[in-house]
Parts: sequence; structure tokens; C-alpha cells
Amino acid sequence: MTSTAAIEVEGLRKAYDGREAVRGIDFRVQRGEVFGLLGPNGAGKTTTVEILEGYRTRSAGAVSVLGHDPQRRSAELRERVGIVLQSCGTYPHLSVRETVAHWASLYAAPRDVDEVVALAGLGEAADRRARTLSGGQQRRLDLALALVGDPELVFLDEPTVGFDPAARRAAWETVRSLRELGKTVLLTTHYLDEAQALADRVAIIKDGSILAEGPPGELAAGAPRYRVAYRGGEHVTDDPTALLHELTADALARGERLEELSVTRPSLEDVYLELTE
Amino acid sequence: MSDHALQGVRAAAHEPSRRSWIGAAWRQFRLERRMFWRNPTAAFFGFLLPLLLLAMFGGVFAGEQEQLDVVVPGIAGMSVMAATFVALAYNVTFLRERGILKRLRGTPLPSSAYLAGIAANAIANTVLQVAVVIVAGRLFFGVPWPGDWLALLVFLAAGVVCFASLGVGLSHAIPNSESAPAYVNAVFLPMIMLAGVFYDDEDAPAVLRDLAETLPLKHLIDGLSGAMVHGEGIADHAVALAALGLWAAAGIVLAVRGFSWEARRS
Repeated sequence: MTSTAAIEVEGLRKAYDGREAVRGIDFRVQRGEVFGLLGPNGAGKTTTVEILEGYRTRSAGAVSVLGHDPQRRSAELRERVGIVLQSCGTYPHLSVRETVAHWASLYAAPRDVDEVVALAGLGEAADRRARTLSGGQQRRLDLALALVGDPELVFLDEPTVGFDPAARRAAWETVRSLRELGKTVLLTTHYLDEAQALADRVAIIKDGSILAEGPPGELAAGAPRYRVAYRGGEHVTDDPTALLHELTADALARGERLEELSVTRPSLEDVYLELTE
Repeated sequence: MSDHALQGVRAAAHEPSRRSWIGAAWRQFRLERRMFWRNPTAAFFGFLLPLLLLAMFGGVFAGEQEQLDVVVPGIAGMSVMAATFVALAYNVTFLRERGILKRLRGTPLPSSAYLAGIAANAIANTVLQVAVVIVAGRLFFGVPWPGDWLALLVFLAAGVVCFASLGVGLSHAIPNSESAPAYVNAVFLPMIMLAGVFYDDEDAPAVLRDLAETLPLKHLIDGLSGAMVHGEGIADHAVALAALGLWAAAGIVLAVRGFSWEARRS
């Protein structure tokens, strides 16, 4: 394996008590890329990410994260990686600023504490004890703690679960700004719009296997179906030109209009549903 | 959340000592101290309760020096157990279930420095409480200053290692924070009753005395009582020290073998 990619995964397998949660997956994440692991709950996304984060050992396969084997848990690798975990709390009796400051002290070259607090949108709440934060503020503190070490690579495991639409948009903006700074982001999500909006490339994972991989737009373009809809009817076709010709000819012959006629190119959702159902 | 905000200055580079192991353990220790005083439950059970009990039993037995000579070292022993066993069983369960241990595990903080920081916090609480018990015993309850400081320190150290590791070991058996009080009190309350914290265990039925002999707290109190009240040294309580050592060894094995940085998967 070379170290030009931020993450390289080859033939990764993980079994728990004989049940295979991950069944031989391969992918590469380039430096500076936002890569999305998309799949339904229980597909093996979190297991995969936790192996890359160094929380779990793998059963088989080769894994490289910034040139390190994560299961060796070297301090050097942890200096360069930021992690947003699902449902992990913080010290309830510390303020937001104290919490971020303590996490900053764990890294060799942290970012400025107040700046990270502001970046996470917690400037107003900086002096509040963590136990008084709302769910959304708590998740933003998660993000602040993942970023305060100034990581090159950020893992975001289901970063917007439970967010209201405004908080979701704000989190998306943060991910986009991470990419503009040249950070590499590995994101897991079961929200299609999130993967489509954020990821440069997506791997669709189900039952521990990758079913498709590529940029969201190309994945969708690879899907054969166009959707033609109008009031009172909907068709799915490989050949919208011929279908439209037929539909409009019939309508004209009857002297009718096809109200609200639309032709929709296949979206990531169509690909996803086709692959995962 | 503008891009401009992201591109601000980095914090000044830290001097190398900031990253040292001792520095990491020290910062964790200071953080634990701050959080201890901010958590009313911890401060009450870990600090005030033993002192309230001392005041209460001191009042009940006022003038009965024989009883006071039993209660003061008894409460010192109970304080050691409260500051280590009880506090760590609660805390480790809470930190594990809340995911705080898992989160810390993803940072460069060395695990050993982290554990040293929380151990130092338990030691600080032990020293603080035992000091207050000794001073109160001298000032209000007619108990002399400890006759053998070395024996006192040795028994305190053995007690801390023993009960801290047993507390961490017990936390592995506790399924969640809600059930922690039930598990902890199921061990703590019978142990302080059996060990003769509040009465001279010579008066207890033989079967209870034999049971207490098999448990560590009685041996700690015997050692403390010797050092604090009777001016007896380590040699006079070598068997008690050996018993504490055996329990400490068992506790360390349990604490290390079952340790998990993560909540159990449901």
C-alpha cells in the first residue's frame, strides 16, 4: 500500500461471534476528499469506521489510515485524526469552553480554543455547563472536540441524526468548509440527501458489502431509469425520448394536455433503493 | 461558521513539557478535582458523609473513650473505602456508559496517564478525609495523634490500592449508571456493618466476626486502629497487611481483566 491516499481498505472483514458484519470490502479515500459510506442501519458502516478509528480490530484484510495501521493505536496517528462518534457524552459539570480547552491540551498543536468554540456555533453557550446543552448543541460540542486537535482526517459517524433542518444545514456548511481547508472527511450516513450534498464519492454498503461506488452524480447517471410523470400517471423508462413521443402523441390525438409533465433523471435515491431493497 | 473563522491563527506551539506523560496526568488530576467539587452528589458522599457520621457517633459516644477509640479509626477506614471503592465504581460506570472513556480513547492522551490522573484524585480525597478524621479525633474525641505514622501511611496506601482496584473491578459488573447505587451499596453497606466501623467487633457474634475476617475492610481498620490509637506498628498487624495485599492482588486482576473503554453493545 502507498501513502498517497488518506485511507486504503483492502479485503476488510469483521466477524462478531461468527456473524460477519463486514464481508470483504475495498475502498480508497484520497487526501482532501469527502467520502461517504451510505447504507441502511446495520449495514456495517459503523463497524468499518470504528476499525479505521482504531476502536476495533479487524478479522481479515489490510487497512491503512494516513500510512498507519489503526489497530496499533499509535499516538502519532491519533494526533492527526478527529473523531465524531455516535452518542458519546462529555463531562456534565464542565463548561463548553473548559471541555474544549481540556481536549485541546491533549494535542501537541491544537487550534485556538475560543476560535473552535465559535466555529462550532457555541460562542453564546461557551460558559454553560455541558449538562444544560440541548441535543443539537451537544452534537456541535462533539464536532468542536473532534476539530480542536487540528486533524488532517475527520471521521463523522452519522453526524446529523436528530438534527432539525437548520442545524443540519449548518453542519453541512461545516463539512464543506473542512473540505475547503483540505481536510479529508470520512462520513457515514443513512441520509441520501446528505451523501449527495456533501460527498465527492460515495460507497453504498449493505449487509457488509459494497454494492456500488463512485461520485453521487455518476452513480445516478449509471442507473438506467428515467421517471416521466404527469397528473394521473407515472412511468419509469430507459428511453425517455421514445416514451415522451408516445405519450404526447396520444395526448394530442385525444386533444388533452399532460398537466404537470416532468422528466426526472435518475437520482442517487433511485440507485440506492434499487440496490438496497 | 464562515471559512474565515476556520482559517484563524493556530494556538502557539506548546513547549515539549506540555506533552509529557506527567503533564497529561497532572492536567487530568486537576480536572478531576474541579469536577469533584462541582458535583454535589460526589462531594456529599465522598467528603461530607463520613464527617457527618463521625460527628454523629462522636456525639453518641461522648465521654466513652473506649467506644471513641473504635469509631474514629473505623470511620477513617470507611472514608478510604468511600473515596476509592464507592467513588470509582460510580465514576467508571458513568464515564463508560456516557461514552467519555471512548471519546478520550480516540485522542493522543496516554491511557496510563489518564488512569493515573483519576487514581491521584481518589488518593487526594482519601488523604483529605483521613486527615480531617485524625484532626477531629484529636480535637474533639480524645484520640491521640497517630503513634506510628509509617504504619498509618503503609495501611492507607494498601487500602487505597485494594479498594480502588476493587471499585474499578466492580464497575465492570454494573450494567448501567442507573443500577450503580444498588450494586455499590450491596457491597459497601454490609462491609462497613461487618467490619466494625461503628462498634467494637469483639462484641459481634463469632460467625459475623469470621465473615469480617475474610473481607478487606476489617483488616484495614485493624491496621489504622493500631497506628492511630494504640501506637502499634506494621509488625503488629502483619497478617492484616498480608490480607489487604491479597485482596489488592485480586482487585488488580479483576480491574485490569474486565476493563472496557466502551459501553456494552446492546
